[in-house]
Amino acid sequence: MIPKGNNDSKLRIQVLAGGISHERDVSLKSGRRVADALTDAGAIVVLREPDQDLLTNIKNDRPDVIWPCLHGASGEDGALREILALTGVPFVGATGQAARLAWDKSVAKTLVAKSGILTPVSITLPKDTFRELDADSVLATVTSAISLPVIVKPARSGSAQGVTKVTDASQLNRAMVDAYVYCDVAIIEKFVEGTELAISVIDLGAGPIALPAVEIEPLNGKFGYDERYTAGETNYYVPSRLSHKIAEKASRMAVAAHTALGLRHLSRVDMIVDEVGTPWFLEANVLPGLTDTSLMPQAILAAGNTLPQVYYELAQAAIRG
Amino acid sequence: MTDSETQARNLDSWLDSYADRAETLAESEVRALFSVVSRPEVVSLAGGMPYVAALPQELLAKAYTDMMAKKGHLAIQYGGGQGDLTLRDQIRDLMALEGISSSVEDIVVTTGSQHGLDMLAGLFLDQGDVVLAEGPSYVGALGIFRHYEAHVEHVYTDHDGMSPEALSDAIAHIKKQGKKIKFLYLVPNFANPSGVTLSAERRPKILEICKREHILIIEDNPYGLLYFDKPVPDALRATDEDGVVYLGSFSKILAPGFRVGYVLAPPAIRDKLVLAQESALLCPSSFSQMMISEYLANADWKGQIDTFRGVYRERKDAALSAMQEFLPNLETTRPDGGFYLWVNLPEGMNSKAMLPLAVQELVAYTPGTAFYGDGTGQGQLRICYSYPTPDNIRVGIKRLANVINRQTELLETFSKKGN
Repeated sequence: MIPKGNNDSKLRIQVLAGGISHERDVSLKSGRRVADALTDAGAIVVLREPDQDLLTNIKNDRPDVIWPCLHGASGEDGALREILALTGVPFVGATGQAARLAWDKSVAKTLVAKSGILTPVSITLPKDTFRELDADSVLATVTSAISLPVIVKPARSGSAQGVTKVTDASQLNRAMVDAYVYCDVAIIEKFVEGTELAISVIDLGAGPIALPAVEIEPLNGKFGYDERYTAGETNYYVPSRLSHKIAEKASRMAVAAHTALGLRHLSRVDMIVDEVGTPWFLEANVLPGLTDTSLMPQAILAAGNTLPQVYYELAQAAIRG
Repeated sequence: MTDSETQARNLDSWLDSYADRAETLAESEVRALFSVVSRPEVVSLAGGMPYVAALPQELLAKAYTDMMAKKGHLAIQYGGGQGDLTLRDQIRDLMALEGISSSVEDIVVTTGSQHGLDMLAGLFLDQGDVVLAEGPSYVGALGIFRHYEAHVEHVYTDHDGMSPEALSDAIAHIKKQGKKIKFLYLVPNFANPSGVTLSAERRPKILEICKREHILIIEDNPYGLLYFDKPVPDALRATDEDGVVYLGSFSKILAPGFRVGYVLAPPAIRDKLVLAQESALLCPSSFSQMMISEYLANADWKGQIDTFRGVYRERKDAALSAMQEFLPNLETTRPDGGFYLWVNLPEGMNSKAMLPLAVQELVAYTPGTAFYGDGTGQGQLRICYSYPTPDNIRVGIKRLANVINRQTELLETFSKKGN
C-alpha cells in the first residue's frame, strides 16, 4: 500500500481543516492527525484552510484527491462539498446532497425511520414556531406527548454542543434557549436509557462495513464536549461489552443507516442500545471526529488496521469514485 | 445482555498516575470556541493582546544589533537565577514612576509576571487555602490558584475598585469558617477584566485592613503606565515594603513575546522566589532580558509608552462610542487606561451560553464566567479593545449588538419559566 518510487507516483492529497464553525478546533485537530497519517502512508499532503483562497489553492496544489476534515456547518452541511464537486477533484466523504440530509438530525431521523430503523420519538421545532405560539403551552403539549426525560438538541450541530438532558419540566425553557443558540431548529427527543454506542462505517470500494462498536462510558455520566475531547474523561470499550448477537444487530443498523442516508466512504452512527437490546438511531456523522480522542480512530485500530492505511485507502476509494 | 469480557479502555494510559491537582487542568468548550478568532473574518474582542504593531520594529532591530555587538555571548548563555543586574536596575527606575522605592537586591526577573505569580502561589498556597481577589478577577490568576487547589473568595468591587468594607466583611466571614487566608490578589490599575482602578482613597484602607489582619497583598500591575489622561495613584507597594509583593511586566509596555516580568518582594520572600526560579527554570531568558535592557537604555521607551497610550485611548473611545450607538441600554465601565470594558448584560442573559451565537455572527468576546472562580459572571462579558482597529471595534460591537438582540428575543420567548 505504501507507495514507492519518486514523488510523481505519490498521491497528492489536500486536507481541508479549520473553517468558521463552533467545531473549528476539533476540525484542526482532526485535520492535523489525518495529514500526519497520510504523510506516513507516503502521500504528499498539504493542509489547507477552507478560506477565500480555497479554489486558488486547489488549482495551485493540483491534488489528486481532497480529504475534507471539516466539522460543523459548511463542512458537514453539504455546502462546501457541492463546491468541491464543481472543481472536478474527487473528495473523501459524502456528496453535498447526502451530507445536507444527514447533517440535519431531524431529516436524518425521518429518512432512516422510513427504512425501518428505530429512532426515538421526537418533535422538531423551528425557533419561529414560538413567534406565534405561546412557548409554555407548546412545551407543555410536547411533554405530555413525549414524557420526560427528554434530550433537547440543535437539529444541526455537532460534538454535543447545545445538548441538554431534561429531567424536569422547569429545565425545558433553558434547554430550548441553549439549543437555539447553535441552530434555529431544535429537536426534543425521548431519552432512551441504555448503552451508548458509536459505530463507524467505512467503504473502501467493496461496500460499507461496520467497524467494531465503541461503547462509551463517561466517567461523570455525561458525554458532552469536554468529555469527548479531554483524554481521560471517558472510558471506552472496543468492542463493546454487548453480546455478540446484539452487537451484530447494532452493526447492521449502522450500515443500514449509512446506506439509507446515501453516505459514502465513511460515517459514524451514534445510537443507544436499550435494556432489551434494541438499538435506537440517534444521528449520523458525515465526517466523524478524527482527533486523538475521537471514536472512529479507536474503531479503526480495534479492527486491526492502522490509521495511515485506512485513511490512504479512503483517499484511493474517493479517486475511484 | 452482556457476554463479553472487553476491558475498559481509557485514552489516557496514565490516568491513575497523575497528581490530584492535575484534575484542575481541563480544556473548556469556551476555549475551543476561541479557535475561530484566528480567522480574519472574525472580530475578536476577546483576547487581551497588546497592539504590538504600534511598536516600530526598527527599535527592536537596533536594540538587537547593539546588544549582540556588546553582549552577544552573554545573551545566549545561562544567567543568574535572580535576573540580569543591569535590567534589575532599570526596573527599579521604572517602578519609581509609580512611587516605588526599591533595591535591585529585592527584584527578581521572571518569565512574564504570570510566572512570578505562579511561583508565589507555589510558595504560599496549600490545598484549601483562601485567596481573596476582586470580583471579577484576572482569569490567568484564577487558573493558577485553581491549580494549587486554593479557594478564591471574590470581594465586591465597584467603579472605585475593591470595597474596603466588603474586604473586612469577607475576612471576618472566612475567619469564622476557620479557613486560612493566604493573600489578597489585586490588579489595582485598569484591572483585567473590569477596567476599573482602585481609588487613591481606598488604597490606604485596603493596606490598613491587610496589615491588621496579617494578610499579604500581591499587587499585579501590568497596565499602570497605560493611563489615558492622568497617572494612576501611587502603587500600594509604595507605602508598604513588607506587606506587599509587587508584580510588573514588559508585556504591555513593550511586547509579550519577550516573556519578561518581575517581582519586587520583601527579602525573605525574594530569597525563596530566587530558589524556586532556579529550581524550575535555572534562570530567566538572558537573551530577552538583555534585549529589553538595551531597549530601555537607548530607545525612547517613554515616548513609545505615550504612543501606546494614544493607540489605546483611541480604541477605548471607539468602543465606548460603538456601545453608545448600538447597545445604549447596557451598563459598561469607562476605563481611564488599559485594555478592557466590562459590560453588564440584560437580566437573564448568559454570556457563556451566548458565545456560539456570537461566533456565528463573527465576533468573539470573553464570557464573564471566566473571571470568577465560583461559576458566577454569566450576566457580564469582557470586551478587549486593545487589538482590533477602531473600525473593526465598531463592526465587532455592532455584531455583538445583533447577538444580544437575538438572544434577548429568544429569552423573552422562553421567559415565563426556567430562566
